Amino acid sequence: MRPSTVSLAELPEEVRDIPAEDWLRMYRLMATIRAFEEQVNELYVTRRMPGLAHLYIGEEAVAVGVCAALRREDYITSTHRGHGHCLAKGARVDRMFCELLGKAEGYCRGKGGSMHIADPDSGNLGANAIVGGSAGIATGAALSAKMRGTDQVAVCFFGEGALGQGLLYEVMNMASLWKLPVLYVCENNLYNEYTHYRETTAGEVLARPRAFGIPAEDVDGQDVRAVLAAARRAVARARRGEGPSFLLCHTYRYLGHHVGDVDRSYYRSKDEEEAWKTHRDPLKVLREWMVGAGLARLEDFQAAEETAREEVAQGVAYALAAPYPDPREVTLHVYA
Amino acid sequence: MSTPSAALREPGHGEVREITLAQAIREALVEEMRRDPRVFVLGEDVAEAGTPFKVLAGLVQEFGPQRVVDTPISEAGFVGIAVGAAMTGMRPVVDIMFGDFLTLAMDQIVNQAAKVHYMSGGKLKVPLVVRTTLGATRRSAAQHSQSLHAWFSHVPGLKVALPSTPYDAKGLLKTAIRDDNPVLFFEDKMMYQVKGPVPEGEYTIPFGVAEVKRVGRDVTVVATSSMVYVALEAAQILAQEGIDAEVVDPRTTFPLDVETLVASARKTGRVVVVDEGHRRYGVTAELAAVIAEEAFYDLEAPVRRVGALDVPVPFSPVLEDETVPTAEQVAAVARELCGRSERDWR
Repeated sequence: MRPSTVSLAELPEEVRDIPAEDWLRMYRLMATIRAFEEQVNELYVTRRMPGLAHLYIGEEAVAVGVCAALRREDYITSTHRGHGHCLAKGARVDRMFCELLGKAEGYCRGKGGSMHIADPDSGNLGANAIVGGSAGIATGAALSAKMRGTDQVAVCFFGEGALGQGLLYEVMNMASLWKLPVLYVCENNLYNEYTHYRETTAGEVLARPRAFGIPAEDVDGQDVRAVLAAARRAVARARRGEGPSFLLCHTYRYLGHHVGDVDRSYYRSKDEEEAWKTHRDPLKVLREWMVGAGLARLEDFQAAEETAREEVAQGVAYALAAPYPDPREVTLHVYA
Repeated sequence: MSTPSAALREPGHGEVREITLAQAIREALVEEMRRDPRVFVLGEDVAEAGTPFKVLAGLVQEFGPQRVVDTPISEAGFVGIAVGAAMTGMRPVVDIMFGDFLTLAMDQIVNQAAKVHYMSGGKLKVPLVVRTTLGATRRSAAQHSQSLHAWFSHVPGLKVALPSTPYDAKGLLKTAIRDDNPVLFFEDKMMYQVKGPVPEGEYTIPFGVAEVKRVGRDVTVVATSSMVYVALEAAQILAQEGIDAEVVDPRTTFPLDVETLVASARKTGRVVVVDEGHRRYGVTAELAAVIAEEAFYDLEAPVRRVGALDVPVPFSPVLEDETVPTAEQVAAVARELCGRSERDWR
């Protein structure tokens, strides 16, 4: 499948108030996520990281665009491919590396690792290694926000693979019945691990949330402007007490299902990968628009990328040198 | 049945009434919901219907549909929602109508609720209670009669309570609701109409504290939930034969009061463990192993187990009754442990 090359004809109304420096900030965040993930891959290849990781490269605009529509006290739940969500919601690079390396200063004191990073201080209720497993948690956080009388919203990030899980439909039903302030953000990167989603997913994806009366829309997940505009619409609706929304973000996973998935020729072509990188790269899309519109110069983007690389380099160096937890902590935190 | 008299004598308790186990459960919920606005009830037919067993009758009238929430028939979904609500400042009490339906919510209970606190390095908490039922002989066959508490007792991160009396039910449920961890709370559906003394107002029973329901010196019968009644009946049979049985109810399988079980085992030197879960790989196996490990040199005989027959629960009454431990079975095992046979007595 080739990427759509259709670009936004004009800036969506919902994001016209956003100043150039904010777009640049989003660019830097996307660059940070990319540099972070490249470093994670490097840690794996050089055998300095225990276990595996699922990289978010190519999908950065989804996490950054959605989280830019949120406040710090809003909630997200994330997936096994969750580093991007975690950073976009406000986590620190160094403490994330600490967690990925199983160090004591990691967000979960090394007990969670890549697939379970949680940072409640920034509203991140945790990545989840069960596909679709956090749909209940996000919906419950939305119920809780409503019961406590706050105007917090909850975002449930999930891949299109989760469309196969019944839990998602159970909780969408309740979210719609009870008008819960929750966004279901489906990141369709086309592959359920190693299988094209068309082989696993019958009918139209948007027909599913719509069957529950949940407004649902297609979103160009490679264009942070489109993601942010859609997320702002959905968040505003949720804060008005009008209930859940569903965003189907079309995106692409540049790398494998996990860091070890290097030979991908049996499920997709190099041409396909190159087409997305060339035509629909989320950093490139934002950069070209901003330069074309005279909102920034190329040097601004180089500087943003340099800052991102520097932050990642410092973060990983810190984490590599950081101490492991005391082995006696193994029995800590089983019960509160 | 002996009463937990020490607690009843404590000052500050209201009038002691005879109420049913169902009423005791409801009373605990009402008191906790009045005390703490974060506590709410979620489940199928919990509001106007008050559950099929009518345990929650009247709750919605006092607290309204915002705090007594009827759900669709979606166990995984509403347990998952309760987990998320618990992680973000609420204290949900979920109602799973039949314990058999827990299987539908296993991922949410075992992979999510039980793990969140640990996986987050202690940052997130899941103060969740899952109330459900166990127990056979209601002629409901294999998918409405199981006693699955052993499954949850196996999983670190979960606590498991199973009261045997109205008094214990009220005190343990209040403790469960105030606990910051996910608690599975098993009520034997055949005991809802059992009556017992329960004081009005506030008291709690800590987890991990067993109670000796009958003091004896010759043999210990460790029994859970409705099996406490089976054990007490067995004790009466044995008493007529000159065998003095002690009946100990752990009240929670996790945390487990090892000390009280072992002390009783050391005193009597003979132990039968009775539980309505299947015998194989069950609660009886764990309790027997714990007792054997700790009290081996004080035992006169191997620890014996009596559990539900290892078959799916059948429908026909003549078949179903074969599957559940009986007082006669327990008495027979105890008699054997004491080196006696029924013929000796007769």
